[in-house]
Amino acid sequence: MQIGKEEIEHVAKLARLEISEAEREAFSQQLSSILTYMEKLKPVNTDEVEPTATVLEQTNVFREDKARACLPVEKALANAPESEAGHFQVPRILEDR
Amino acid sequence: MVLHKLTLRELQDKLTQGEVSAREIVHAYYLRISQVEPKIKAYITQAVDSARAQAEALDQKLKNWRRTMPLMGMPLAIKDNICTEGVLTTCASRMLGTFVPPYDATVIARLRGQGYLLLGKTNLDEFAMGSSTENSAFGPSRNPWNLGYVPGGSSGGSAAAVAADECVAALGSDTGGSIRQPAACCGVVGLKPTYGRVSRYGLVAFASSLDQIGPITKDVADAAVLLNVIAGHDPQDSTSADVSVPDYTRALKKKDVKKLKIGVPREYFAEGLDPEVEQAVRAALDQLNELGGEIIDVSLPMTGVAIATYYVIATAEASSNLARYDGVKYGLRSKQAKDLLEMYMKTRQEGFGPEVKRRIMLGTYTLSAGYYEAYYGKAQAVRTLIRRDFDAAFQEVDLIVTPVMPTPAFKLGEKIEDPLQMYLSDIYTISVNLAGIPAISLPCGFSKVGLPIGLQILGRPFQEETVLRAAYAYEQATNWRTRRPTIR
Repeated sequence: MQIGKEEIEHVAKLARLEISEAEREAFSQQLSSILTYMEKLKPVNTDEVEPTATVLEQTNVFREDKARACLPVEKALANAPESEAGHFQVPRILEDR
Repeated sequence: MVLHKLTLRELQDKLTQGEVSAREIVHAYYLRISQVEPKIKAYITQAVDSARAQAEALDQKLKNWRRTMPLMGMPLAIKDNICTEGVLTTCASRMLGTFVPPYDATVIARLRGQGYLLLGKTNLDEFAMGSSTENSAFGPSRNPWNLGYVPGGSSGGSAAAVAADECVAALGSDTGGSIRQPAACCGVVGLKPTYGRVSRYGLVAFASSLDQIGPITKDVADAAVLLNVIAGHDPQDSTSADVSVPDYTRALKKKDVKKLKIGVPREYFAEGLDPEVEQAVRAALDQLNELGGEIIDVSLPMTGVAIATYYVIATAEASSNLARYDGVKYGLRSKQAKDLLEMYMKTRQEGFGPEVKRRIMLGTYTLSAGYYEAYYGKAQAVRTLIRRDFDAAFQEVDLIVTPVMPTPAFKLGEKIEDPLQMYLSDIYTISVNLAGIPAISLPCGFSKVGLPIGLQILGRPFQEETVLRAAYAYEQATNWRTRRPTIR
């Protein structure tokens, strides 16, 4: 299994992760060897085997739709890199008209 | 009186008898920490002021108060991926370098309800991804038995703190062995409960279908005491199981394993297992046999594909869970970005270390269009087969006994350049997480160079009692726990 540098670049974009040229090189090698190792799974016969997403027996967990105490705004914003007027602040998304 | 050498139960007795105050306990532990911490580096944050204040308040209460609580005045260390309100919780990542949680994890609320004292937050591999604590953004912790060796990981700080007497007990988290493996490396006891036994609310998510919180302690009885406090249903965690919680300390009455069938999986005693480790584990099996257990050969045929299965599932879940670190609501935000997309890309570039990036890349790749079925879908199906292996084995036996890791602790720097080699050292612990079953790690010997060797005991889902019973019987019949590291 070979993962080329272009494919690494594509995956990094999907992951919203900027990577350096050195990382591109390293990830290309490391992911190739790890994914080659993972090819061990291919020959395992899994026809008609249900996938396991969770080991728990329970299916849906519901609670009553009742309002409960929640974090006050100041506390919820306390860790925000930037905030203003009770909101999380982010770089401008919309262009000026 | 050397307080830091005592077990949790011994220290608790001294406090309730009025022989020591909570203030003296806190003082004694920070003194110990100041002596050995420069060498061990188990802690990321020491909560000195709040621990002192809590201790003062507790001593005031104790003046005219006869109530006792299981953890009253007990100085604990908490892995730094478990949220503690008002106390820095970094996950050993630059991404959360200044993150102060606005709430307590459920396990922390439960410990607080029983009067515990938070000494500090312990080191780990960044976001619990690793087997050595070398992936910490704040530098590795050291093995108290030999400072040139890793303490294991990812809960290496918690295990090293317990082994070096820098706390009376600790909490860790275990996604693929992260409680049991460092416990084995450091010669202490580590218990991973059944998936769903302990609430994950407030545990910073790595791989949600595998993560579980558990105790790291000086002996088996202390693990039972802590499990009593943290186990139980929590409406805040939809994956927490609504299964009644027994008094786990009652499992410690028998001191034998009579009428228990103990399985030995032949696939675990194969190529790659260090002879010293094999010898120690086989001797432990003889001991369990003498204590009344019937030793039976069992097979777990899927063992050979467990690591591949685990690293597909764990990295896929991690890539999804770690998408939340976008520089908006908490954590780091890059100052170099000009627009929103750049803010995401650069924040994540600057905030994550190499192993976390590698796992995000792997997980993103295996979940991406065209590969999902071949990797993630396949791994989930193989996970079913791995669970069936255990179901079949537990039809025949009550417990399964194995090594914790193929070798004793390895040297710092030995595996860090080769991620696949690091992953392969998890061979004996990861299947337990894939199957969701409970398992304990406890000392069963030492290598020739004086490094601890761990014994792993696996049980049926929600059968922590049986696991603890066997572990306690073995521990009491042997003297390993009396051997303590000399830190130099």
